Amino acid sequence: MSAPSPTAADAVTRADAVIRAEGVHVRLGTSHVLRGVDLTVRRGEVVALLGANGSGKSTLVRTLVGVLSPASGKVTMPDAARVGYVPQRVSAAGGIPATAAEVVASGLLRPGRLRLPRGWRAQVTEALDQVGLADRAAAVTNHLSGGQQQRVLIARALVRKPDILVLDEPVAGVDHPSQEQFAATMSALVDTGLTVLVVLHELGELAPLVTRAVDHDHVHPHPATDLAPLAGESGFEGLEDATAALTDHPLS
Amino acid sequence: MLSELQLMLNDPLMQRALIAALLVGAAAPIVGTYLVQRKLSLLGDGIGHIALTGVALGWLIGSMMNLRPHDILTVPGAVVTAVIGSVLIEVVRRRGRTSGDLALALMFYGGVAGGVLIIGIAGGTSGNLMAYLFGSISTVSTTDLWLTVVLSLIILAVGIGLRAALFAVSHDEEFAIASGMPVWALNMAVAVVSALTVTVAMRVVGLLLVSALMIVPVAVAQQLTHSFRRTMAVASLVGVVVCVVGLTITYWHNVSPGATIVVLAIVVYLAASLFRPLSHRRQALADRDPHPDIPDDLCVPGVDGGAPVGSAAAAGAAAAVVDGAVVDGAPTHRGEECA
Repeated sequence: MSAPSPTAADAVTRADAVIRAEGVHVRLGTSHVLRGVDLTVRRGEVVALLGANGSGKSTLVRTLVGVLSPASGKVTMPDAARVGYVPQRVSAAGGIPATAAEVVASGLLRPGRLRLPRGWRAQVTEALDQVGLADRAAAVTNHLSGGQQQRVLIARALVRKPDILVLDEPVAGVDHPSQEQFAATMSALVDTGLTVLVVLHELGELAPLVTRAVDHDHVHPHPATDLAPLAGESGFEGLEDATAALTDHPLS
Repeated sequence: MLSELQLMLNDPLMQRALIAALLVGAAAPIVGTYLVQRKLSLLGDGIGHIALTGVALGWLIGSMMNLRPHDILTVPGAVVTAVIGSVLIEVVRRRGRTSGDLALALMFYGGVAGGVLIIGIAGGTSGNLMAYLFGSISTVSTTDLWLTVVLSLIILAVGIGLRAALFAVSHDEEFAIASGMPVWALNMAVAVVSALTVTVAMRVVGLLLVSALMIVPVAVAQQLTHSFRRTMAVASLVGVVVCVVGLTITYWHNVSPGATIVVLAIVVYLAASLFRPLSHRRQALADRDPHPDIPDDLCVPGVDGGAPVGSAAAAGAAAAVVDGAVVDGAPTHRGEECA
């Protein structure tokens, strides 16, 4: 995509954007991980964010969903837009065992709704069904396989009826059959018109679904790159520095 | 026996003590469930140490104002100090990691030392603190009881009423933030409710054993249940039973109620952990196979010309089979792919 000029076309893009980062800088401790990143995800798109481990993909995603605050720049979403965030797998070592249904139910909460709504069980079952785990609702999440735990987290995001599903390395460390199953699940979801932003190490099984790939890694530019700033330096720090700074890539 | 029980239930002192024990036994494990889930099992201990300073401060203020009895402000003092302390702990936990650990230690030791120092200034001795360190449920006054009832109801309302939200925040804080939930306020709610629990349980089991009443019933429940909601319910039930039974025992035997309650809880824990293997062994395999739909038979290329391996045991030499997963080799799951 060429750099848009501030015209009517730009206004349309803004209205269409489900999530939009403009000139985002993020510092983690003393390291400057993101340096002026622009990214827009429009309704109905399936955007893959590619790049090497430690290049700051997770940092960008965590900033987009509000876990990290940008040092400068801004992240905007339409009012009341719902984000379905699927973090890299939550450590299974939680203190108390919880069932898949309990974990998924927490996706129903949002500002102004701190208690489960009526009929939450039906919504939870529906979300688990979407990821093929309807029969595992009462299973303890710690007893599920890695791929299944991942799908429980996807169901937790889906139960929110999200405007955008944001997945952080959903297939990292997941075996091949589970990756295929994940791709099938995602394919069915994308068919329903869901907007998706997914962080990936490589396109892999998801390649047919992705409408746009954004490269996050200036070392190996990807043909579909649209990550600004296009002029001058890349928005990302050198790999070595960023790798040293980021510790949230346990699988790297 | 029955008439003796009736006698006990007619004793106003015992009535107050039983109501306090019942409420504390129900409330403490509910808060404990969140603490265990957050891996903050020892937070109650920390708050307990800080509350000791509050007890002494209440005593000091009471004697300075010539109030009768001069320990009338000890419980309110403990409540205020414990709430301030737990909020500070939460702020420190939020801010940093390395310095936080040290800050917590400073607060804990400062709490004990401050308590002993201030009680001396107030004209008391550290002996006066014993009732608070080890509990004094037999001296629960009507005022104490009212405070216990009100605080316990607040704890129960927050702990049960906000269960879904507190579970979400404790289970995965980043997801809760991304969902737009008031994470900061919910964390503070847990901190404040923990502080209230410590001060309410102080009369029953004493500050040194408060944490046991919050945590041990949860440890018991974990042995027996497989969901967050049930763990909380069973823990609360265990808390009520050990508190009421423990207190009842001390009506006839001259032993410390707090210590009796905690020992009883630990006995229940041991019994549960002995009972668990018996009840769960049969179910365990079926429950823990994450892929019951996928056959456990594997074929490992290069073993027996790629013929399906008949059973997990037979595959032992070639590959370690764990519940349908293989540690080594590149096996396929379906027999038909192994022609």
